Amino acid sequence: MDQSVSTDHPRSVEKQHHSSSWGKKLAPYLLSLPASVWLLLLFIVPLASLLIESLETCSPVTGACVMTWSWGQLPSQVSLYHQQFITSLIFAGIATVIDLAISFPIAYWIAFYGGRRKNFFLIMLLVPFFVSFIIRTIVWEFILSQNGVVLTFLRGAHVISPNFHVLGTSAAVIAGLAYNYLPFTALPLYVAIERIDRRVLDAAYDLYANRRNAFLRVILPLTIPGIFAAFLLTFIPAFGDYVNQEILGGTSNTMIGTVIQDSYLVNFNYPAGASLSVILLAVSLVGIWLYARLLGSRTIEDYL
Amino acid sequence: MSVEISANENRESTQKVGARRPRRIGRFVLPTYSWLVIAYLVFPIAIMIVYGFNRVIGGLQLVSFSWNGFTDEWYRQWSNVPGLTTAFWLSIRIALVSTLIATALGTALALALVRYRAAKFRGRVAIEQVLFLNIAAPEIVMGAGLLGFFVTFNIARGFLTLVLAHVMFSIAYVTVTVRARLSGFDRSLEEASYDLGAKPLATFRLVTLPIIMPGVLAGALMAFALSIDDFVTSNFVSGSNPPFPVWVYGATRVGIPPQVFVFGTAIFMVGIGFALMSIVLSRKKT
Repeated sequence: MDQSVSTDHPRSVEKQHHSSSWGKKLAPYLLSLPASVWLLLLFIVPLASLLIESLETCSPVTGACVMTWSWGQLPSQVSLYHQQFITSLIFAGIATVIDLAISFPIAYWIAFYGGRRKNFFLIMLLVPFFVSFIIRTIVWEFILSQNGVVLTFLRGAHVISPNFHVLGTSAAVIAGLAYNYLPFTALPLYVAIERIDRRVLDAAYDLYANRRNAFLRVILPLTIPGIFAAFLLTFIPAFGDYVNQEILGGTSNTMIGTVIQDSYLVNFNYPAGASLSVILLAVSLVGIWLYARLLGSRTIEDYL
Repeated sequence: MSVEISANENRESTQKVGARRPRRIGRFVLPTYSWLVIAYLVFPIAIMIVYGFNRVIGGLQLVSFSWNGFTDEWYRQWSNVPGLTTAFWLSIRIALVSTLIATALGTALALALVRYRAAKFRGRVAIEQVLFLNIAAPEIVMGAGLLGFFVTFNIARGFLTLVLAHVMFSIAYVTVTVRARLSGFDRSLEEASYDLGAKPLATFRLVTLPIIMPGVLAGALMAFALSIDDFVTSNFVSGSNPPFPVWVYGATRVGIPPQVFVFGTAIFMVGIGFALMSIVLSRKKT
């Protein structure tokens, strides 16, 4: 791989060479070709094929699928599972808002008062990512369980009644989502706050702004792109998440991710799973499109 | 440091205005709050590490959350659960291979994107948008799409499909990371190398690569971390031999052997070790 990089290097062709202009013209394409082909074949084509798959009908006996152009699949899946879509929207929405509320102050503190230890604090924010997503969620299951650390302590202190439980409730799912995706919120917020030009803030104070006004009218507006990025990077994965619901939730609060996973891996009903995936993707695309439209698609990179 | 300067200036302006509350929020409330948040983030990890040392009573060797006393049994018998060990090494192999490929492809793409404006590089805008979409799209949809794709083309699920998938979701992150490094790259260094008669390959190896190396390494670390932790996509595209996260997920139905926490702790220690090392290295440079 390195070889192709070096030979196609833009500066690789010296001016006196005949191939100079050709090499220069082709360089960007040769450099980007392997990655583009990989993304085209394994990202774009599979996404597009979801749409095709959602129009097929599969025989329940043989499992063979044929294209039947069954456009009714999408609406019928929506009416069948709209409750799970709504649950997912609500859970992901609440978890994202909680994450924004939790991480704004700490992002603000690290950006403004972190000093020399900024990097250390940032790694502390990222700490959950060093443990497998699945293990993190399982540990929360144990922590929140009936004889786990938290409930045992609270029962002992007579704060909660003996049959109070958290696992299986919507609260447990939202708490799990909020924990697992917190770093996705905190980092973009930190980047946005860190970027604020301190002189703008000084100017606000020089113009007799009090701290409240400086915050509401200078800091907050300047962090809006970061808040949007944080929202997008937290909400979309939380919206499609099913691990938290499966491990921490019960049977009454099924999210759409669980339905999609089961369609594919349990019921082997690919068209149904594909239809639901298409809808999930469409909902996410609205957010992605809005972001790209308002802030430009490249800006999201600044927050990663 | 600029923070302190501005803070001092603020205090001066405070005096100008007159009575205003001291900046208590920055000195006491915020730090306390922030440390509480950090404690909240670290808490489950501490629980995982501690319960890797929990004794098990009863027949089945599964984790229970009543504390039964300290034991280092699970560390001594770390490889005693056959499926788990296989899954772990599979994950390591997938992560190594996909990191290698994704880093090479992602770095090349980053070079192309940084050095060629849209006029000389048709399709550049489209590639940018695909990268953005790749980062922002919900993982479950990518996994579902891949599964349908592999089934349609009759590609047996296993090591190959896992590597194909992991490279797919790592490329964008590598590209973004390397590109961030490249933006401050001084092209005149390469020109100097050519002026001194270096061949293109030598220039790339001796000038370009060493300069962008920190970015490439950061990208590679990111790809490795993404791969080894991936569950959602892997769950769709793995066959009968699941990688580590998928194995653990499957085990939740019957119960988790304590060795899962041993592996979890090991991965955590290596990851945090790399992270802290990078801090120390970046401090030395400045």
